[in-house]
Amino acid sequence: MVARRAAEGDNVNPILVATGVNRSFGAVVAAADLNVAVAPESIVGLIGANGAGKTTFINMVTGYLKPSSGSIRCDGRELTALEPRRVTQLGVSRSFQIPQLFNTLSVRENLLVAVGIVAAAAHAWAHSDLSPGRAGTATDEMLERFGLGSYRDRPAGLLPEGVRKLLDVAMALVVKPRVLLLDEPTSGVSADEKFAIMDLVMGAARGVTVLFVEHDMDIVGRYARRVLAFADGRIIADGEPAAVLADAEVRRYVIGEDHA
Amino acid sequence: MTDLAAVLFDGVVYSSWLFLMAAGLTLIYGVMKILNIAHGSLYALGAYAAASMVGAWLAGGHAAVASYALLAAAALAVGLIAGPLLERGLLRLAYGKDEVVLLLVTYAVFLILEDAIKLVWGVESLMVSEPYALPGNFYIGELAYPVYNLILIGAAVALGLAVAWGLYRTRSGKLLLAVIHDREISAAMGINVDRVYLYTFTIGATLAAAGGALTAPTIAVSPGIGVEVIVLSFAVVVIGGLGSLGGAALGALMVGVVRSIMVRYWPEAELFTIYLVMALVLIARPKGLFAAPEARKI
Amino acid sequence: MTRDHTPLVLVAICACLLAAAPVAPQWLVFLLTLALAKGLVVLGLVLLMRTGLVSFGQGLYFGLGAYAAALLSARGGVLDGLVMIVAGIVVAAAIAAAIGLLLARYREIFFAMLSLAFSMILYGLLVKSSTLGSTDGFNLHAKSFAGVALADGVGGRVFYAAAVIAALGAGLAVHRYLGSHYGRLATAIRDNELRVEYLGASVFRVVYANYVAAGALGGLGGALAALAVGHVDPETTYWTTSGEFVFVAVLGGTGNVLAPFLAAGVFEAVRTLANQYAPNVWQMTLGVVMLLLILFLPAGLWSLVARRKATT
Repeated sequence: MVARRAAEGDNVNPILVATGVNRSFGAVVAAADLNVAVAPESIVGLIGANGAGKTTFINMVTGYLKPSSGSIRCDGRELTALEPRRVTQLGVSRSFQIPQLFNTLSVRENLLVAVGIVAAAAHAWAHSDLSPGRAGTATDEMLERFGLGSYRDRPAGLLPEGVRKLLDVAMALVVKPRVLLLDEPTSGVSADEKFAIMDLVMGAARGVTVLFVEHDMDIVGRYARRVLAFADGRIIADGEPAAVLADAEVRRYVIGEDHA
Repeated sequence: MTDLAAVLFDGVVYSSWLFLMAAGLTLIYGVMKILNIAHGSLYALGAYAAASMVGAWLAGGHAAVASYALLAAAALAVGLIAGPLLERGLLRLAYGKDEVVLLLVTYAVFLILEDAIKLVWGVESLMVSEPYALPGNFYIGELAYPVYNLILIGAAVALGLAVAWGLYRTRSGKLLLAVIHDREISAAMGINVDRVYLYTFTIGATLAAAGGALTAPTIAVSPGIGVEVIVLSFAVVVIGGLGSLGGAALGALMVGVVRSIMVRYWPEAELFTIYLVMALVLIARPKGLFAAPEARKI
Repeated sequence: MTRDHTPLVLVAICACLLAAAPVAPQWLVFLLTLALAKGLVVLGLVLLMRTGLVSFGQGLYFGLGAYAAALLSARGGVLDGLVMIVAGIVVAAAIAAAIGLLLARYREIFFAMLSLAFSMILYGLLVKSSTLGSTDGFNLHAKSFAGVALADGVGGRVFYAAAVIAALGAGLAVHRYLGSHYGRLATAIRDNELRVEYLGASVFRVVYANYVAAGALGGLGGALAALAVGHVDPETTYWTTSGEFVFVAVLGGTGNVLAPFLAAGVFEAVRTLANQYAPNVWQMTLGVVMLLLILFLPAGLWSLVARRKATT
């Protein structure tokens, strides 16, 4: 296993810490003794074969699943007992492998809903009807930022996959998270679009701690500063991309190149 | 002790009747995802057909003993004729639409059939109590019970086992189970989903008609007998878990026995016992007793 | 940006209806009052449907509103129509607030069946209660409205006017609500609850609020209907009544707050005609109309209006 060499941000308090996290589904072990500490503003790639436990990890961090044992803390706050709603309010947001959108609403309305929720939470006791001007402006900014302007009035259910992915991520960013977990942001997207999407997303997520699940090693190599390799619920490698991607076990269980 | 036995027996009789209705309904929902409100009309049709056939038979001076075969014949006739007619003629026009819309289609069919029955049979009650009275009574302690109730229980058990065997032991049954699990994949695997729909609806209709036919000798067959049956059957289906035959049986048993106890000790509650049971079950098990496991969403 | 005409149309129509109050024929006043009362119940149902929930138990609140109003008059010695209406709303809202705590956790058929269950529980209680007249029910009278004594024969028109004003108020309020962030949120919940939760909002709170609002509207409609008819019976809370509300909701569509009232009006008109000329096949007529609508106008009557507006 590739040990983690000390990196620059190591002296600061980690923003996300998982300790001894376990989770099984009957006989299937999805997480076995996971221990991870993520430094603030770092960009971490999560790689692993299908079923290795990456999405389960994200589900546990965001409160959708409870671990069988172990703890996950963000800035010292224990996340495992919280619901996704509360986890989001603490500043941890995520995108989904299968984009979770409001299919009958237009792209603009999708973002309006997200903006409205954030605004309503900020003025919890005041009127919920955010002045159309402000919500609209914030929404239009998001639309432009993510290049969704030309799709603004199209129902989300009728969008091409890449655009659905973008909208999904855009909504996750509306809540202004400090930690952003992206579950396969470029899967189902054509090869030439992948980098464009990642550029857009990373640009919009400046200053945010990002963990992203990815199967395309070129993308991992280009954007990640640190890589965690999952296999059968365990983390089998943790370190800089070059080192992890060259690791023999990783090549065997994740990348699939078996150089005997 | 005889008190308890009497209450339990009453409960089991009511459960048998409920099961016949709920079994067909849960199958139809499990396979076709349709909440068939017209089930009540099929029940009524079965009762009316039975009453007519037995009435005519007896009026012809024939032996009452043979009337039981006529009850079965009535159920089969209604199921095998009305079932396919409704499914092919009306329901399939609305396939693919929203669940609520499909529900309203069956509701529309129910309304149409209610008046159709009145047009055909008039508004007078039909009474054919001979099959009910013929076998006489048996005794639990000092209380007399019609032997007919045993026939009812026996029929429910037999039909239940037959359907279960058909579902779990035959090839066609397995195809049905496959469609219950996932319609799209079944179709992709080459299962003729259209035909499965037709068979399922017909079986369900026949079960409902059987419920009606078997009930006919015990009541005054009149317009509107199907109305209350519908909600009772639905409640049992929800209690048992949608699409689960075993659930329908267990749910029917629970409701029947609890109701029977209520009737004995707190009669005012009789009318709504079933809904109380359903509410309690749903609180404990939000998807019913035997709900199908759900695949991961995200 | 399309201008929102609905409030104006609502006010205009209600103004016309009010103007007709003193002069319209008695049968029309009665029919319209019932249509408006039931339209209010359906408005609540539409609100729930926009949130993705179909309630098969709005008859509970319709019945509660009716009986609350009637009991005040028959047992409480209160003879003021307005007080009775308020009582109807309050009782219905209170029960909805209690039941909603449970119901708002369920979806789809389980929500539908539980809502139906509660309405049937009330039905069972009413039928078994001889003090409340069992299946016969009992009558109610209002001698005054908002403190003003009602002259003979005027009562019906006063209740009609009250119904118009109630419809106007409720229609405007619900329209405003649906056009706000919370209206969009309702549709978002219908489309994808999980995402709404992941954005940090509480789905339960929105569903609960909408459920209580629908209950209150049901009670309002029930009280108005009871005053117009002068009689209450358990049929109001039977499942077929709830089923009729669902039918009217689908008939009208969920596109606009005007739709429930439009559909309720059509429904009452058809029912009156059918009872008049073909009472033995009233149900069959309804069933056939339903089928035709489902097959040819799946988005409800309102889609006709929307289509026309789109082409102008």
